[in-house]
Amino acid sequence: MIVLEKRPTPSKLWAYLTPIVAIIATMVAGGLMFAALGNDPFTALKYIFWDPLLGEFAFFYREQLLIKAGPLILIAIGLSLGFRAGIWNIGAEGQYIMGAIFGAAVALAFYPLEARWLIFPLMIIAGALGGFIWAMIPAILKTRFNTNEILVSLLLVYVAEQVLAMMAFGPLRNPDGQGFPGSRSLAQYSSSSNPELFAGTGIHYGVVAATIAVLIAAILLSRHRVGFDIKLMGVAPRAAAFSGVNPKKMVILCLGISGGLAGLAGVFEVSGPSGQLTESFNQGYGFTAIIVAFLGRLNPLGILGAGLLIGLTYIGGDAAQAGMGLPAAAIQAFQGMLLFFLLACDLLTQYRVRVKREVAV
Amino acid sequence: MSEELLALTGLRKAYPGVVANDDVSLTIRKGEVHALLGENGAGKSTLVKMIYGLVKPDTGTMALDGAEYQPVDPRAARAAGIAMVFQHFSLFEALTVAENIALGMEEPPKPRVLSKQIKDVSETYGLPLNPDRTVGTLSAGERQRVEIIRCLLQNPRLLVMDEPTSVLTPQEVDILFKTLRTLSAEGTAILYISHKLEEIRSLCETATILRGGKVVETCDPREQSARALAEMMVGQTFASPKRSGRMAGEPALVVNQLNLRSTSPFGTTLTDVSLTVAKGEILGIGGVAGNGQDELLAALSGERLATPSAVTLAGMEIGALAPRERRAYGLCVGPEERLGHAAAPTLSLVENALLTADVREELSNRGFIDWKKVRGFAEKVIADFDVRTPSADVAAQALSGGNLQKFVMGREMMQRPTALIINQPTWGVDAAAAAAIRTKLMELADQGVAIIVISQDLDELFEIADRFAALNEGRLSDSRPMESLTMDEIGLMLGGVQGGADAA
Repeated sequence: MIVLEKRPTPSKLWAYLTPIVAIIATMVAGGLMFAALGNDPFTALKYIFWDPLLGEFAFFYREQLLIKAGPLILIAIGLSLGFRAGIWNIGAEGQYIMGAIFGAAVALAFYPLEARWLIFPLMIIAGALGGFIWAMIPAILKTRFNTNEILVSLLLVYVAEQVLAMMAFGPLRNPDGQGFPGSRSLAQYSSSSNPELFAGTGIHYGVVAATIAVLIAAILLSRHRVGFDIKLMGVAPRAAAFSGVNPKKMVILCLGISGGLAGLAGVFEVSGPSGQLTESFNQGYGFTAIIVAFLGRLNPLGILGAGLLIGLTYIGGDAAQAGMGLPAAAIQAFQGMLLFFLLACDLLTQYRVRVKREVAV
Repeated sequence: MSEELLALTGLRKAYPGVVANDDVSLTIRKGEVHALLGENGAGKSTLVKMIYGLVKPDTGTMALDGAEYQPVDPRAARAAGIAMVFQHFSLFEALTVAENIALGMEEPPKPRVLSKQIKDVSETYGLPLNPDRTVGTLSAGERQRVEIIRCLLQNPRLLVMDEPTSVLTPQEVDILFKTLRTLSAEGTAILYISHKLEEIRSLCETATILRGGKVVETCDPREQSARALAEMMVGQTFASPKRSGRMAGEPALVVNQLNLRSTSPFGTTLTDVSLTVAKGEILGIGGVAGNGQDELLAALSGERLATPSAVTLAGMEIGALAPRERRAYGLCVGPEERLGHAAAPTLSLVENALLTADVREELSNRGFIDWKKVRGFAEKVIADFDVRTPSADVAAQALSGGNLQKFVMGREMMQRPTALIINQPTWGVDAAAAAAIRTKLMELADQGVAIIVISQDLDELFEIADRFAALNEGRLSDSRPMESLTMDEIGLMLGGVQGGADAA
């Protein structure tokens, strides 16, 4: 009989080992899935993990890595603060979309004025505000009426997607676009573009913002009272209330920060890599960031590494789709496996597996 | 009468790093009320768990009615006629008494039959209980009756009771004792675990005293003084802390007409609670668990907010202030529940020191935590309050209950409070450490701190409190000088009769 025994203190070793074990398990299970789909698993894994970094066309893929990882990390950092406190914002995708809409709307309102010093900062503020406002809906409903923030924030993603479609086909559509959906190009409008800062690296302002967010979050969690309160509320809500943490303020704070950062990621994406607001610019970064946050153990530096890894599976997945004809759903399933195995392996930090002989009763 | 029922010979049980029981032998006769005495950690629980089939002894034998007895699990123990009432009840609040009892049975009879059986047993043994009531609406004493009746329905030959009176009023204790004596007269043996010596002297015929896992003495408690029994338990003579005849100063902490609605269906609503504690005075608040202690503590700590004037500290209206602002004014609080309320289980002692001491000990600067200073404070608490721990980096949950209690008490007492509120200061702490905590409380009072001690241990309140008030269903009685009160009067106050003796 196999039994699970709770460890007296959580295992430090396993806390660090689980991401690695989870990645290996994902490769094995993913490989089996690819094989079942009639593809060579080793070629597929090579496409995903090897080619983007070290393959023949790596020069093309490498800059893509930071472009993908930047928004994932930026959003995941915000989410991780809430997740630590036990506040579950599952709707970062919606806040990310609203940030992009707000930022794009500001830029388009000024078009074709040449005033980058004014317009670009305003866009960034508007983007953060857009995400913040969208996150305040579940926050206020939770603090006022005790609704569940998981459901409210998630369902608001679908509302945001409808708003995005409405904007791309309606008020924000390019008047000179011959009827094509989508806004004017923000990347080619000099006041609003979020360009690559160093050629060939993929670094744009969003990547810079993500790096700053990682550093601030690391300091906040290790050195500051607010970070301590966040952790305290997550591990012992009653002790947190006794200590003086106001749970309602914490809900507002955590949802506000994660919404604001998601909104920032949205505005950087729409003015840079995507270049214009379209019905489908969003790419699901807001959902994938949830995986990134957990894969990074809700730790800022861990999230940095996890963002890069997941970014890699995005790019490699695209490459495998193009080169081998793997369906997109298979790549999504592959990413999902990563989270699944991570959570499963997580059990080993809290419990140990023991094989016991059956005792006769 | 003197026939042997259960004989334990040479029982030993070791856990990694500690021998919980070592060569324990004792004999329980039929119909006997047998006391098992000892401090926390003396090995009482382990011994009882072996009898009830929860733990297997390493060596030694048990015999029931002369036949070998080796229960593999509690079910086997129950089948052999051994029943147990635990200190902590395992009841579902949303279900009725009968439903709860049916859940614990192997083959429950039809509901109507079971209700009748419950009524019969409750009448026979003088334990009034309505089988159709929801457990959530019952008092602690009534809940205990559910557990006892659950046991009696199995017609046990040995009933084990673990600290049964810790949640009862003196009157409820009388009812329980009557029941136990009836059972004993019918031939049911009772193994009674407690550290309340007076109770044991009035109820039990034999006492086995454990210390450090070994039997140190077997005696007739009726022939011993409470003090002698206590010294056998501790293994040394000790002085109980003495009051130093303080004079109370001007009022420091005042609660005026505090009303607070309960937020949960099984909570207690506070109604018109008023009290005054002067500088250098200890106010003892007694009451049976669940009569508003937690709610009163939350209203004082700031976890629940009231109107500004409902609570004043040295003239400042603090009733609507948040916990950290109240601490800044010098109000320190120690809740009853150590793990999860007073301390975060998975965080280290250093982090748990920051939990409340941040404000008064200035452990952070504009929000940035000075971890060196926090560690210094934690280590000072550990040293001054004799907290046994390998280091300050150990998680709170890894400490024994008594040691964590010392840490939590020390953390609050060392913040130089102007007023201190403690719920159950010595709950689960061994006798020597409890005496040390009480002494420190009295020292603080001597230095002019206004102190409220909420406790269910009336002996403790008699020892340290200057005045006494009782909580009953969320109402607080007027406070009266502790010395002038008798046990009977206190019992009436706990039951909600104002004016005590006058009404009696």
